[in-house]
Amino acid sequence: MSGIDSLRPAFFEECEDLLLRMGEGLARIPDAALHNEVESIHDVFRAVHSIKGGAGAFGLTSLVGFAHAFETVLDLMRSGTLHPDASTMHILLRASDVLADLVAAARDGQPDPELMPQLLVDLDLLAEGAASPEDEAAALAFEPMRIDVIPIEPALSQAPPDPTGFAITFEPYPALYATGHEPVALLRALADLGTTDVTADLSGIGPLDTFDPAQPGLRWQLALQTTAPREDVMAIFDFVQDLALVTVEPLHPDPPSLASEPQMAAPFVTPLPQPSPVQPTPAPAHPRTASVTPAAPPAMPTIRVNLDRVDRLINQIGELVIMEAMLSQAISIAGLSKDGDVSSSLEGIKQLAARIQESVMSIRAQPLKSVFQRLDRITREAADATHKQVRLETFGEATEVDKTVIERLVDPLTHMIRNAVDHGIEPADRRIAAGKPPEGVITLSAAHRSGRVIIELADDGAGINRTRVREIAEARGLVPAGAQLSPAEIDNLLFLPGFSSKEEVSALSGRGVGLDVVRREIQSLGGRVSIQSTPGQGSLFTIALPLTLAVLEGMLIGVGGETMILPISSIIETLRPDESEIHSLGRNGRLIAKRGEMIPIIDLAQSLGFTSRQDDQRQVLILVECDSGGRAALAADQIFDQRQVVIKSLEDNYGTVRGISAATILGDGRIALIVDPEEIVARAVAETKPMPLAANG
Amino acid sequence: MQQMTLQNIADQNDYVCFRIGEQDYCIDIEVVREIRGWTPATVLPHAPDHVTGVINLRGSVVAVVDLAARLAIGKTCPTPRHVVIIVALENQIVGLLADVVSDIMGIDEAAMQPVPDIAAEGAGAFITKVIALDDGRMLRKLDLAAVLPGKDQEAA
Amino acid sequence: MTIRILAIDDSPTMRGLVAAALSPGCFDLHLAEDGIAGLDLLPKADPHLVITDINMPRLDGFGVIEAVRASPSHASVPILVLTTESGADLKDRARRAGATGWIVKPFDDSRLVQTIHRVLGFRE
Repeated sequence: MSGIDSLRPAFFEECEDLLLRMGEGLARIPDAALHNEVESIHDVFRAVHSIKGGAGAFGLTSLVGFAHAFETVLDLMRSGTLHPDASTMHILLRASDVLADLVAAARDGQPDPELMPQLLVDLDLLAEGAASPEDEAAALAFEPMRIDVIPIEPALSQAPPDPTGFAITFEPYPALYATGHEPVALLRALADLGTTDVTADLSGIGPLDTFDPAQPGLRWQLALQTTAPREDVMAIFDFVQDLALVTVEPLHPDPPSLASEPQMAAPFVTPLPQPSPVQPTPAPAHPRTASVTPAAPPAMPTIRVNLDRVDRLINQIGELVIMEAMLSQAISIAGLSKDGDVSSSLEGIKQLAARIQESVMSIRAQPLKSVFQRLDRITREAADATHKQVRLETFGEATEVDKTVIERLVDPLTHMIRNAVDHGIEPADRRIAAGKPPEGVITLSAAHRSGRVIIELADDGAGINRTRVREIAEARGLVPAGAQLSPAEIDNLLFLPGFSSKEEVSALSGRGVGLDVVRREIQSLGGRVSIQSTPGQGSLFTIALPLTLAVLEGMLIGVGGETMILPISSIIETLRPDESEIHSLGRNGRLIAKRGEMIPIIDLAQSLGFTSRQDDQRQVLILVECDSGGRAALAADQIFDQRQVVIKSLEDNYGTVRGISAATILGDGRIALIVDPEEIVARAVAETKPMPLAANG
Repeated sequence: MQQMTLQNIADQNDYVCFRIGEQDYCIDIEVVREIRGWTPATVLPHAPDHVTGVINLRGSVVAVVDLAARLAIGKTCPTPRHVVIIVALENQIVGLLADVVSDIMGIDEAAMQPVPDIAAEGAGAFITKVIALDDGRMLRKLDLAAVLPGKDQEAA
Repeated sequence: MTIRILAIDDSPTMRGLVAAALSPGCFDLHLAEDGIAGLDLLPKADPHLVITDINMPRLDGFGVIEAVRASPSHASVPILVLTTESGADLKDRARRAGATGWIVKPFDDSRLVQTIHRVLGFRE
């Protein structure tokens, strides 16, 4: 039905959350010292259980089946029957992978994952192994006392229904009233099946002074004329089976009279103990199922919002910020007093706009957890494929980053992890020989640092084999043979397009992607990636990303008569050098000496194809650093200001422009272009030297 | 205008007519979003000659194409008296720089004639049809898709 | 009359399914995403009937049932447990806590409505 179908997207969206929670819980289980193990298992159980529940509603049978098998094992763990040892955890983690695949397959209408049958077997074996006879006995001990009123043998219920109806007695125990039942509701439901003749037996009601409304002692006798089968009648009493004495007997085709009834009910009545109330006292034997779970953090209420709406809001706030800048400019042109009401109100608006902008941005921000968790699996699979022992440790997964950034981080990080497992971590025997533990560790951490997000990926492997890297680079013609290269420069060769090629590519990290793709992807997010490596001790990749893709802290500069923006993140310092500090090199090249380092000067106007102002002395130099660690001094006419600018796409209506990453709108309503220093430096280097420091595509 | 009284309504579309130098052009009114006076544009690096720059259209960055340069009539030196016709074609919004908007008129499909083969004096590639006007002038129907800057043309 | 129902489930999908099954004309549905939120909503929703999931964060279904039964104003409100587990053990626990009945997930819309009517004694 359409009502349910319209819920499908919401279900799969919820599954993403649930899978995330499942992954978190699974990760916590082995750390029994740090976390309440039962609580962790319970979290996982709940997530799998919810997936199963939803899947059932949408008729996703294989998902239901698998979730059920998974849940069964988790339930055994929850009850302490099954211990989460290494091999159990191994199966659980793989089961979680398959469950995630199954969800994706169900969503995309793909066939079930190949691994599913195997994992189903593994899960069943786990469950069977755990459920040994004595456990079952123990489980039985928890069975509550049952009052033996199952009225009719199952075999009898299969007997052909009597065409005329049933004689029914119904005598509620006090517990029935304590569980929200209303006897009249049941009688009405019976009446819906046919015609009833009801007699209330009030003899059980004592004198008024001892009458307890909670134990009315009422009893009904009914003759129900119906063609409905016995099952339908029993179904009405389904909920009250243990809460009332119920007898259902076929009415005689030729009913003598209701008078015959008491004798039919009698055999059932006699053995009954007067039910000492089966009151809602929770059995103390179940400490693990305590209703209140104080350990869990209070869940903040959330709403799901279409991303478009958030983006529209972000754009509008961007407009507001621009309008505010325009207003501010208009006021200063009008020459209004700085201390006047207008200016102070404007200042208020400015602060408010900034706060709103921050709040709105935070809507898009999401913790990196979702990415990090996927990488857990990537590590597992990579380790399996290479027959290495590798563990991924993550820190700072609560660090929040723009949602778009998060999504686009998955691929580069996946590649980097595979790369680390494949090329970084050594096989266990080599590690032992090197005096390391057999299991390699990849550490992934994230943190906010001075307005950026820093993600570090470290491995404790062998480090970069610089001799080998150099050989490969030379063989591929990426560097001239025998070139003078610092260790850092050699390490950076890994990022060159064309460094990894087919023969080098292993089954795992290959797939035709090199680290150059990683770098390009990070750069397209406005970020930078760098590498450090120590032979024998491992490598460290550092990714620095902007917090958001929507605003940028920029320096307003004048270039060839145009106002442009240079991202602050790439600027080291600004200089107004003396003529004496600038040295010529070749025909057009100029260098500036800075703390003993010769830094090439790039004229921004020239580089962008504008006509440069030729009064060089007046130019200001802005020292920038690139991902490769290479530095350059960008020459501009002047520096105006530093401010946050709202990033506007050039691609939407025009296309990409060399040396320019995007545009923004200034206070006067005019557009200013945002310079891409990375590209400008890379191109300048490529044009002046055949041997690149670290060229980009 | 006579076309307006003679035509069959069903085959008639409205066109925005504008002048570039001494020549008359028109485009389908459907694609025109607005017409505004020229405001200084921000120059784009490495842009072809006919791209004047980008302007701010209520928060969007929109490129302005100098039609005169594009049609090889000669680069425009824009003044506030020039107009920018904002057009939208397949999600791309672009401003067209022209001298003046002269008319909005209904034109009968039947009045549209194919472009004579010999008329390929540079602008020919951007014209799909020609229409002879009563006062002896010739109206050229502009091929918008050919005029607009391709999205990836600037990729390095 | 409009039947006021308080449905408590941590799964948005399940809440959606319950909402889809209980048409607004006949039911005045209040939804809560866990036991605590459900209990908070109890006075305002003043339900004729409570539907609750069992496995939920913060406060589970058993806790909800016990709390509702202990509340002075709503102690006798029928409570239906919404569960994928049809095991007798769970039904027993729910019963002991004071549940009126249960609905096994996945449910179909008419069965849900039927069960509600049955427990409340309303005729369709």
